[in-house]
Amino acid sequence: MNQTQEFHHRIDDALHNDQLRRNFRSAMSGVMARRADQFPDDDQLQALREQAQTVRANSLVRQPELLERLEQKLTANGIQVHWAESAEQANTIIHGILKGADARSVVKGKSMVSEETELNHYLEQRGIEVIESDLGEYIIQLAKEPPSHIVMPAVHKNRFEVAELFRKFHPDIPYTDDVDELTQTAREILRTRFANADAGVSGVNFAVAETGTLCLVENEGNGRLSTTAPRLHIAITGVEKVVEKLSDVPPLLEILTKSATGQPITTYFNMISRPRQPDELDGPEAVHLVLLDNGRSRIRVDEELLDTLRCIRCGACINHCPVYVQLGGHAYGTVYPGPIGIALEPQRLGLDKAGTLTSACTMCGACGEVCPVKIPLPKLINRLRAEAVNKRRTTTPLTGRGSLRKPSEATIWKLWQQLNSHPRLYRLFTLAATRLRGLTPGKLGAWTRYRSAPKPGSRSLHELARQEGFSHE
Amino acid sequence: MSEARDRILERLRANRPHEVSVPLVYQKALGWDREQCIASFSERMQAVRGEVHRVGRNDWVDWINTEMASRHMSRALIGRSTIAERFAAGASDALELTCYDRKIEEWKDTLFHEIDFSITGSLAGLAESGSLVLWPDASEPRLMSLVPPLHIALLDADRLFENFAQLIEKENWAAGMPTNALLISGPSKTADIEQTLAYGIHGPKQLITLILE
Repeated sequence: MNQTQEFHHRIDDALHNDQLRRNFRSAMSGVMARRADQFPDDDQLQALREQAQTVRANSLVRQPELLERLEQKLTANGIQVHWAESAEQANTIIHGILKGADARSVVKGKSMVSEETELNHYLEQRGIEVIESDLGEYIIQLAKEPPSHIVMPAVHKNRFEVAELFRKFHPDIPYTDDVDELTQTAREILRTRFANADAGVSGVNFAVAETGTLCLVENEGNGRLSTTAPRLHIAITGVEKVVEKLSDVPPLLEILTKSATGQPITTYFNMISRPRQPDELDGPEAVHLVLLDNGRSRIRVDEELLDTLRCIRCGACINHCPVYVQLGGHAYGTVYPGPIGIALEPQRLGLDKAGTLTSACTMCGACGEVCPVKIPLPKLINRLRAEAVNKRRTTTPLTGRGSLRKPSEATIWKLWQQLNSHPRLYRLFTLAATRLRGLTPGKLGAWTRYRSAPKPGSRSLHELARQEGFSHE
Repeated sequence: MSEARDRILERLRANRPHEVSVPLVYQKALGWDREQCIASFSERMQAVRGEVHRVGRNDWVDWINTEMASRHMSRALIGRSTIAERFAAGASDALELTCYDRKIEEWKDTLFHEIDFSITGSLAGLAESGSLVLWPDASEPRLMSLVPPLHIALLDADRLFENFAQLIEKENWAAGMPTNALLISGPSKTADIEQTLAYGIHGPKQLITLILE
């Protein structure tokens, strides 16, 4: 199967799963309403978006210098910095650090970048036990599924499905499908893990170059536990997450939490600048940061596509996408789903691997309107659509350009172009289309699977206008 | 340095996008006085099930003694700060005090399983978001505000700021960050099952702020 057939297959599965669609509909409606509640004043919202956009955009302008400064600051603070060009390299580095410290068990805070590198799988294959500690991540780890949303990883599961998973993996704990009780159960299970793990792995929301500070945003406390209780902490993040100043953080933090889950602030905002100091009694003795490129520096070459890298991973575009709410995250088949996934994944993986995702967009523009850093997502998706069927040589960094080009489709559009740029030909065409309308085919591929075929009128609009006495067309 | 580093930086330098020239004006001076700050802090904190009580500067030890007795909580964790000293001096006999005076590795199991509540100070409070600001250190280690099921934090009423941006600027945080700085806005919570809010997942199930006046 090619990528398009595989995608259609997954879409078909998702659309026939009523439970899944109910779970998504209810979750997305709730989170959209909560976000709206956080921004009662549109002027203030727009001012904050401009602010966040500026901070992120200017961080990207100065990215190489800021990364060097970040490295220098972190190193001076005692945090070791590693650079990885690919997922494989990042995993090798992390495994090396764990091995060097004789660490055999890892508790993880939520990290989408580690999903990107498939770190858990890599470490487990090498005999290291990995436990996801974010409740949502823990649930899908039990279910052996990838996250279906970048902020709410287990949003596709309802409480009965979660209760079943707990019963299966912890048969000694009495069955419950009460959310509070399930949460308490998870607390007890994971507490022992936190107390005993050799190492913690986390992501990073913002890395501040000015002070050498890693910032983590979370509600559960698992991020703090993962980065405080074990003797070793390894953080992994994309190279685009660096910001220049500490004063850049408050606007980003505010718009991130409000956009993501409709909270004025999350329970914890955790800023880490050093490993444990000689007089301190807890915290990891060693802290490492792995900076992952994995295609990001390539995206940067194109002034338009560069905007993709402003993303702060709030998921608002996903929550507001009318296609995502119908399909859920798994149908996309990539690490990042929804509008940001459609924009990012074909760039990261190549249009020949993920270009077909661009068809999962109605161009409604909702994603672009809610994006806290004003990424023009519809424009980017449209551009990628065009690149996927365009073979002409350009300087774009995209791989797999033109891979979705179909000769039949190209011919039709060529004809369309000719018709519309030659008035005589156009008149001939409308005459034929109206007079011979009885010959219009009744089956038009995917269009007529759920709709009736369109039929031209008996007279063209031009003719009707002339009949009404309009002489200028 | 590694080859990966040099190659990544080289690729990043290959293109320098245009600077965005929107002026940075993120500052929302609200002009709140102390009472307004306390009101906003309390409202926000209570909205996420954090408890807030206003207590006299010399009354907080008694407050904790009485309140913990009525909640049947007895195993208290204190640090080595002046707050800890004051509490130890006035703590009721019904309480069993543990001092965080050893490295975590030496008593992890006790900390995780045999403590009911902890008492710490705080560096500041943020009115607009209802956040406690902590800079844990050797005398009040990081896990004190995280592992026990109940965390009691003392907040000096004179240390309330409007928001995070104001605090960072006024106290010049950029000049030097501690090992760990924290904003804590309520007890630990999750909505990972059906978007239903549930409190007390990994961190404290309850958070009490005592505003000292």
